[in-house]
Parts: sequence; C-alpha cells; structure tokens
Amino acid sequence: MIELQGLTKSYGDTAAAAVRDLSLTFPAGRVTALLGPSGCGKTTTLRMINRLIQPTSGTVRLAGRDTRELSPEALRRGMGYVIQRVGLFPHLTVGRNVAAVPELLGWPAARVRARVDELLGLVGLEPGVYRGKRPAELSGGQAQRVGVARALAADPPVLLMDEPFGALDPLAREALQGKVLEIQRRLAKTVVLVTHDIPEALRMADQIALMQSGELAQFGSPDDLVRRPASAFVAQFMGQDAALEQLGGVRVGALARPGDAHGLPRLPAEADARTALALMLRQGTDAVAVVGEGGAVVGVARFRDLGHDPRSGDA
Amino acid sequence: MRRRSWAALLWGLLLGLCLWPGVLPPLLAPLAGGEAPTLDVPLWRLTAGHLGLVLLAGALVLLLAVPLVLYATRPGRAAVLGLVGALAGLGQTVPTLAILALAVPLLGFGPAPTLLGLVLYGLVPVVSNGVAGLRGVSPDVLDAARGMGMTARQRLWRVEVPLALPVWWAGVRTSLVFGVATATVGAALGAGGLGRPIIDGLSQQNTALVLLGALPTALLALTLDALLGLAAPEEG
Repeated sequence: MIELQGLTKSYGDTAAAAVRDLSLTFPAGRVTALLGPSGCGKTTTLRMINRLIQPTSGTVRLAGRDTRELSPEALRRGMGYVIQRVGLFPHLTVGRNVAAVPELLGWPAARVRARVDELLGLVGLEPGVYRGKRPAELSGGQAQRVGVARALAADPPVLLMDEPFGALDPLAREALQGKVLEIQRRLAKTVVLVTHDIPEALRMADQIALMQSGELAQFGSPDDLVRRPASAFVAQFMGQDAALEQLGGVRVGALARPGDAHGLPRLPAEADARTALALMLRQGTDAVAVVGEGGAVVGVARFRDLGHDPRSGDA
Repeated sequence: MRRRSWAALLWGLLLGLCLWPGVLPPLLAPLAGGEAPTLDVPLWRLTAGHLGLVLLAGALVLLLAVPLVLYATRPGRAAVLGLVGALAGLGQTVPTLAILALAVPLLGFGPAPTLLGLVLYGLVPVVSNGVAGLRGVSPDVLDAARGMGMTARQRLWRVEVPLALPVWWAGVRTSLVFGVATATVGAALGAGGLGRPIIDGLSQQNTALVLLGALPTALLALTLDALLGLAAPEEG
C-alpha cells in the first residue's frame, strides 16, 4: 500500500504548483491509474513516489513507513520502474538488462540467470532466443516487454509505470496490456499506472485517480468515473473520448462473435455497447455473453472489439 | 565494426622493414645523387625515442583529461563544462609552433617543451570527444538507471562511461596519431626523435635525409592508428 499525504511539488511559485496537497491511497495488490490531461501532475506524482522528484512538502508512505527513512537508491530497488521510452541499456544484452537490479542487489550469478529466464518467459519472450540479443535488435513491443521484465526482476512489491504503452502501435499495445494484466493476476503487485488514455485506464485499472491541474478530481472505480462523475470536469473528461461516446449508439448484438461464453456476464443483444463496457468493468471480465431473443447465447462481445464501430465496416 | 587487422600487420611490417639497419638509406640514395644518407644515431633508436615521447604525452593527457571530463559533465556543472569547451576550442586555434616556441624560454631546450606542446594539443580531442560521448547518452537510459536504484557512481561506471567509450576512444586515437606528427616539430627544440633527420635534411636541402625521417614517421602514425582501431571498444 502506498499512501500520499498532503503531497505538494512546486517550482518556485506555489500558486502554480505541479501537484498540490494531494492525499491518495494506492491499495496493495491492485492497479491504480493516475489519469488526466497532459500537465495535470500525474507523472510528477509518480516520480515523487520513488523520489526521482523531491516533494516540496507532504509525505509518501510505503507499507506504513515514511519513504524518507530509506535512501533513495534502496527505495527505488524495491519499486519496479517502467517508462514510455523504455530506456534499455543499449550496450548490454537483453539478459543483462533484465539482470540489472538483481545484480545491484548482489544476487548470486546462478540465481540471477535463473531469474532472467523466468522473467523473459513471463513476458512472452523465449529466453533461448532473446537472452543474448541487443536492444537494437528488438521491436518496440519486444523492447517494452524487456522493460517490464527488468522492472519485475527483483520481485518488487510495487510497480511504477509511466505511460508504458504510449509509444507502441495499437496491436503491440493491445498485446502488452493483455500480458501485463495476465502477469498482474498472478503476481498481484501494487501498480501505479500513469496514462492519459481513457480506454487504457478503464481496461487496466482497479481504481482510477483522475487529476486536474495538480489536484485530485475524482478517485474511484472505473465504473464510478464513467457513471457517477463527481464534477463537470470528470464528466467532460471521461465523455470527451469519442469511442466511449460512440459506444452508446452501438448494439452489443452487432459486436457478437463466436466464442466461449462460459462464466461470462450475460447481456441481451439489444443493449448498447456502453452498458456492455460498464458490465465488464464491474465484473472484471474482458468480454460479455450476448443473449438472443430466445434466451440462448448468440456470441461473445469482447473488450478489444469495442473500439471498432461495426457500422463503419472497420472490423 | 569491421576489424582491419590486415592494416596493423601491413603498416607494422613496412615500419619494421624501414627500421632494419641498412635497408632504407640505400633505397633513398638516388635522391641524394647516389649517396646514401647517414645518421649518427640508428633509425630505430630515433623511432623508439619519438614513440616514447608521444606515449608519455598520451599518458599525461589521459591522466588530466579523464578526471576533467568526468568532473565537468556531472549535473549542475554547466559553467565548468562551458569553460572546458571554450578552452578546447581555443587550443585548436593556436599554432603548434607558437606553443613550442613560447615554451622554450620557460623550459629550455630538450624534450620538455615538446612534451608540454604534445600534452596541450593532445588534450583537445580527448576532452571534446569525452564530453560529446557522455552528453550523448540517452536521457531515457539515464532515467531508467536512476529509477532502478543505481547510485550516481554506478550510473557513471556501468552506464555512462561504457556508452561514451566508443566516441571517447576515437578521441584518444586522434590525439595519439596527431601526436606522432606534431612531435617531429620538437626536433627543432632539441627533443630528438624522427624530426631530427627531417630538420637536418631541410637545412642541407637533402631530400633523402628528409624522407629518412618522414617515411618512418608516417608508417609509425599508420601503425599506431591501426592498432588503436583494433583495440577500439564495440559500438553500443
């Protein structure tokens, strides 16, 4: 659990603080998105958690302990850190990149080697193929997979991710989001995910902290933010996403495709896709079972298909 | 990078051949009316002295440049870095001969003024390439290194220096190869070396004697360049 109390960062002029008096709790084992427009202070907040930025005032507690009791280096070695532009060490192999933090912590070589292979497997990169490659030989998606493996190498309880999927093409982004969710279901890290992408926050996060001009606009579940916005800003920000708006006019029946509907929440074919999204968010699933007139399941509507408008033929 | 080991072998062999007693002077004899140029010191000793002076200067350059570059490129030292850059630029504009001539009244005749000149000139490429190499390290890589909990020292030795090394090494190579050529000028100030036959040959209008110094100098520079190229760190 990470608790922020009255956290403020100002550069000179306090009236224009980057982050102002922010109090927020990131629940342990959950994904919390720091969402907001650019310049809202979400990255500054993330970087104050691992003290890459020194707060002007306020405290950050990790598992109840003030992070200032630790050296910044010791603190950071206990927190995985993933950034948009990855930042792999170009002079080291993929394997040595993943091994970086365990090596800093002085793990024995055999344990580091075993851990590197385990993590490459976890992020879906065959260790025998990728261990010896150079970062320059990787695609963007592969590089960020290595970035995630590197962040998880020393098994830190906390994972800080700053727009980790922002530089990827849509296909690679979709695949890596799914992979990170799959890993998260197994490892249950306390994840802080900075993003400006509303669908990404809805898909990845258990909780969303929406920020505006350095302050918290609303903190709640994705369902809360979509259906019960706390202010006009929240309603407008969440509603500005054209895709989300469009979903109101799309029938779930049009999105249904053959698939395994076992254990999925059920929804009639006449319901709109926005309702389907809300249902997925509430139930924590990636899909809903679409039920036809006779009560029989006619197909499955998946999260990843919500973005495609079937009327445009762009499927 | 393609390793040109044949170059080191070729230039090295040619240099060895030139320095073998009695090989080069008869070959140059036709240029001096059939009379082979003579030296009071064997050619290989002049070459060894020449190389020794260049390498000594190189060692002093590294001893000065490495701490200077590391100090100037740490965060928050923009002023130092600017000063270092300006001095390096200035160093390139002052003529070699001027520095050597100015050094004589201070240090007297002998190898000392030449050594001073070689060090001052040698510093320029090593310092500017070192600064360029370190400043060329991607800020994303540095952010990742900091964010994973590397100390400033670990970032420097595990990330920054290895990534800057190919560019930095190129500066060392330039510095030493230029040093071989610059050191010939020092013979006028009593530094000895391969500049001796060149200067004597010029004053006696004896082309053969000039070439007796110039050919081994060129081959020494080529050999050194090829060897340093072989020892170059891999591109990151």
